[in-house]
Amino acid sequence: MINSIVKSIILILFTYVISTSSVIASSVDTYQFRDEVTEKRFNELNKELRCPKCLNQNLADSNSPIAADLRREVYDLLHQGKADIEIMNYMVERYGDFVLYRPRVNSLTYILWFGPAILILMGVLVVVFIIRRKPVERKEVELSKEQKDKLNALLQEQQTKDKK
Amino acid sequence: MNKLIRFLPLILVFALGLVLYRGLSLNPKDIPSALIGKPMPEFSLTKLTDESTTVTEADLKGKIILLNVWGTWCVYCKYEHPYLVDIAKSGRVALYGLNYKDERIAANQWLRDYEDPYVFSIFDESGRLGVDLGVTAAPETFVIDSNSMIRMKHVGPIDTRVWQDKFLPMIKMIENEQASAQVSNQVKGMNSDD
Repeated sequence: MINSIVKSIILILFTYVISTSSVIASSVDTYQFRDEVTEKRFNELNKELRCPKCLNQNLADSNSPIAADLRREVYDLLHQGKADIEIMNYMVERYGDFVLYRPRVNSLTYILWFGPAILILMGVLVVVFIIRRKPVERKEVELSKEQKDKLNALLQEQQTKDKK
Repeated sequence: MNKLIRFLPLILVFALGLVLYRGLSLNPKDIPSALIGKPMPEFSLTKLTDESTTVTEADLKGKIILLNVWGTWCVYCKYEHPYLVDIAKSGRVALYGLNYKDERIAANQWLRDYEDPYVFSIFDESGRLGVDLGVTAAPETFVIDSNSMIRMKHVGPIDTRVWQDKFLPMIKMIENEQASAQVSNQVKGMNSDD
């Protein structure tokens, strides 16, 4: 009895969470798409494009008027039959590289794209260098006669102490 | 050599610190415009004051054109308004307005209530021309030369300081270019006379 109540409560909570999260994920404006693929491309593009007014939101996330305008542009361009790359270029021509969340590879962004790899490579090289460095050679040195005598004396002293 | 290698991490940390410290004083909202050095985008919209008159980019005339993006919803547009009136009166530039994402009646009322500094304002209700210009909000002001090339974009309001520090150097530069172009044209004309 109690078990079934708990189960139904969990089910209600679960459906609630699911339904609210899907509300949050969908953007405010209502667009009609001619097919599912276009809708998918629309959503993907809005995730890839950054809102030019807000510093860290993509077009899909932002409520600012400019983001709404740009979503409309993306929608119109998609329905004009433009390719994704053309839409990206359209945005970059107007708002610069800033609108791309994945910056293009050019002389300005080499350090961004290849810097981490170079740093890792440098780290690996340093580790390899340290590992492969020859260990300090240890020479075995014979004890001199005096040192041997001293050692024996010490050992004997210890033994006599132990016997007592 | 060995000693230098020992200090290398310290040097690297200082270099990184310097780079990050420089980053602190940079404004992340300062986005360079993608339209500098490009021609004014084509458009065909109505005049704010008269919905039956269509204007295009060819109607923006002047040796140096200032295109000011404004709206009645924009607080800083009111702040910069008196400065714009002064700039328009100086006659050094031709000041045009781009009424951006606004209502026609409210915007016309605004111009009546204050003062209309613009030769005319373009009425861009949908913000389409705004998108073509890479406008993100108002106020923004573009400096356009007589070849209808966009030379500069300023985001934010204009006041005396911004005008002197940012606009005047650019205006002087364009004026000098135009003066030297005129001289070379005259020289060409004289040569052809001979």
